[in-house]
Amino acid sequence: MTVLTSDVVTAAPPTSQRLLKELTHEKLAWMLQRMCEIRYFEEKAEDLYVRGLVHGTMHLSIGQEAGSVGSIATLRPEDLIIHHHRGHGHTIAKGANLTMMMAEFLGREPGYCRGRGGSMHIADIPGGNLGATGVVGGGIPTSVGIALALQMHRSEQILLSYFGDGASNEGEFHESLNMASTWKLPVVFICDNNQYGMSMHVSRSMNVQHISERAASYGIPGKTVDGNDVLAVYEAVLAAGEHARSGQGPTLIDCLSYRWRGHSKSDRNLYRTPQEIEEWKHKCPIRRFKQVLVDASVMTREEVEAFDLAAKAAVDRAAEEALTYPEPSPENMEDEVYAP
Amino acid sequence: MTANNNREITYLEAVREAMVQEMRLDKDVFLIGEDIGAYGGAFGVSKGMLEEFGPERIRETPISEAAIAGAATGAALMGMRPVMEIMFMDFLTISMNQLVNQAAKMRFMFGGKCSIPMVIRAPSGSGTGAAAQHSQSLEAWFVNVPGIKVVAPSTPYDAKGLLVTAIRDNNPVLFMEHKLLYRQKGPVPEESYCIPLKSAEVKREGRDLTIVAYSIMVPRAIEAAQKLAAEGIEVEVVDLRSLKPLDTDTIVRSVSKTGRVLIAHEAPVTGGFGGELAAVIAGSEAFDYLDAPIRRLAGRDVPIPYNRNLERAAVPQVEDIVTAARALAQEGK
Repeated sequence: MTVLTSDVVTAAPPTSQRLLKELTHEKLAWMLQRMCEIRYFEEKAEDLYVRGLVHGTMHLSIGQEAGSVGSIATLRPEDLIIHHHRGHGHTIAKGANLTMMMAEFLGREPGYCRGRGGSMHIADIPGGNLGATGVVGGGIPTSVGIALALQMHRSEQILLSYFGDGASNEGEFHESLNMASTWKLPVVFICDNNQYGMSMHVSRSMNVQHISERAASYGIPGKTVDGNDVLAVYEAVLAAGEHARSGQGPTLIDCLSYRWRGHSKSDRNLYRTPQEIEEWKHKCPIRRFKQVLVDASVMTREEVEAFDLAAKAAVDRAAEEALTYPEPSPENMEDEVYAP
Repeated sequence: MTANNNREITYLEAVREAMVQEMRLDKDVFLIGEDIGAYGGAFGVSKGMLEEFGPERIRETPISEAAIAGAATGAALMGMRPVMEIMFMDFLTISMNQLVNQAAKMRFMFGGKCSIPMVIRAPSGSGTGAAAQHSQSLEAWFVNVPGIKVVAPSTPYDAKGLLVTAIRDNNPVLFMEHKLLYRQKGPVPEESYCIPLKSAEVKREGRDLTIVAYSIMVPRAIEAAQKLAAEGIEVEVVDLRSLKPLDTDTIVRSVSKTGRVLIAHEAPVTGGFGGELAAVIAGSEAFDYLDAPIRRLAGRDVPIPYNRNLERAAVPQVEDIVTAARALAQEGK
């Protein structure tokens, strides 16, 4: 088992073994499938970008797939998520249609946001994905309202609210966690901590070692978890979700991982070394999960490797289909700004 | 109900009555803001509402204007109809990310697949001696954001009818309540009613010139018009009631009739909504009827000062409107 740093809580082998027994084969396969789909989807999107077919920019989460999949795997179908600019993983894990998603990247009318949102703003409202926010931390206050509505409607649903390490330095983070904890709202705050707010390392942007320590300010549980261990993420978020669902309020989970790519397409990685990036590539969450599954005889080596081919084929089909879709018309754009 | 139609209540009571009646009708309507419970709100607008609706729907918050706006936005996304009270309009500066980047944009950005039905109630304007950070009129910022509507009633009757409409609207609506209007009394029916947005009203008819105004400038323009009537100048006062959507037809009709227009608002003149109004008039068929240049009378380009005389001098008063309108009535003659 790869350990990130000596003081980070990792999924100890006994925990993984227990979860491997508790979770159905179907669930474990789902997790691996989603992780592979996210990886290939982002690689494909990057390829389309390089070929000039996707314009603007995009924020890839390659290397962070365990965080989105491990957390969303704990949800009931009717539960909700709200997330951020690096949100392709959450969107796919929540069950997005890959073709509609690729269509949105390509700015096509049948895309999730009908070509109005793009990579940074994908939402699938009927699917419980309440959208990605491009302003760092901007989704956190909105999640207070979503969770407030759930509480006022006496709903059993919960909300997972994702943001990055950089967002935890925003004023909105403080206001929102304070409010949500005061009202014991059914939300789990998950920090997708990839250790860099654009180019600034967390060690230079805050004076605490773990973002989870900030939970103490709000009187809520805080936990740092090895974000490259999908089962460790699952275990932590499942507990936090039960806490929220039972009316005990939010938890702050610091899901520590690393993005292999730059912040966005303009990033030339001038602030970190190739060695550092290489080291993290060796901690690939997908490869690691496959090994866990093989070691525990849940699947054979051939079976786990087959997920790559299936995911790649699914993504290729989605891209091929989406490329045939029409572009939206610039006429009557104003008609869609306001709801009738 | 005929007897009730003569009932007079204050602008503040009209705002409260609209909220109370909507909350009785629709359990998804709730009020959220600072000190709105036992305290009754900084200006007393929500006085007594806690007793009727309880703390869940009269939702008092910590002093956290970004999270208040986020809570309203998120609840609206979920289909509720939050009414968010900000203590002073100036404090919306702290809420702007949620209002401008989230509430206003989510519908469009997500392909028209959601709506954000919320009201932002904002006490605005100067005249209370509260100086630079508690006296602003920030409407121009909001009208420049696609996705937000802006309403600014000038009478108790309009305040009630427009607020009911705003609460039932499926979009974020900024509802400006001028602090000096809170104590003004006027006839307000007890039963609920709606005033559509984009329905400017001619508050006073006249043949010589038009004053286009909203909020506090409407009663000031009417008072100025009464003084000018004694000099034989008949002023027509158009009250916009909503800035966005804007009822251009009523403005153009009035200006085409009088041939002269004075635009009056309290916010600073540079970049103020008056510039937009002037452009709309200049670009309309009313241009052919103009006998004099379009004139603007607005706040001076200064933060609102504390000193009583300076504060009065910073924004148009009745006598300023009288002077400007008299001069305009003579221009080009």
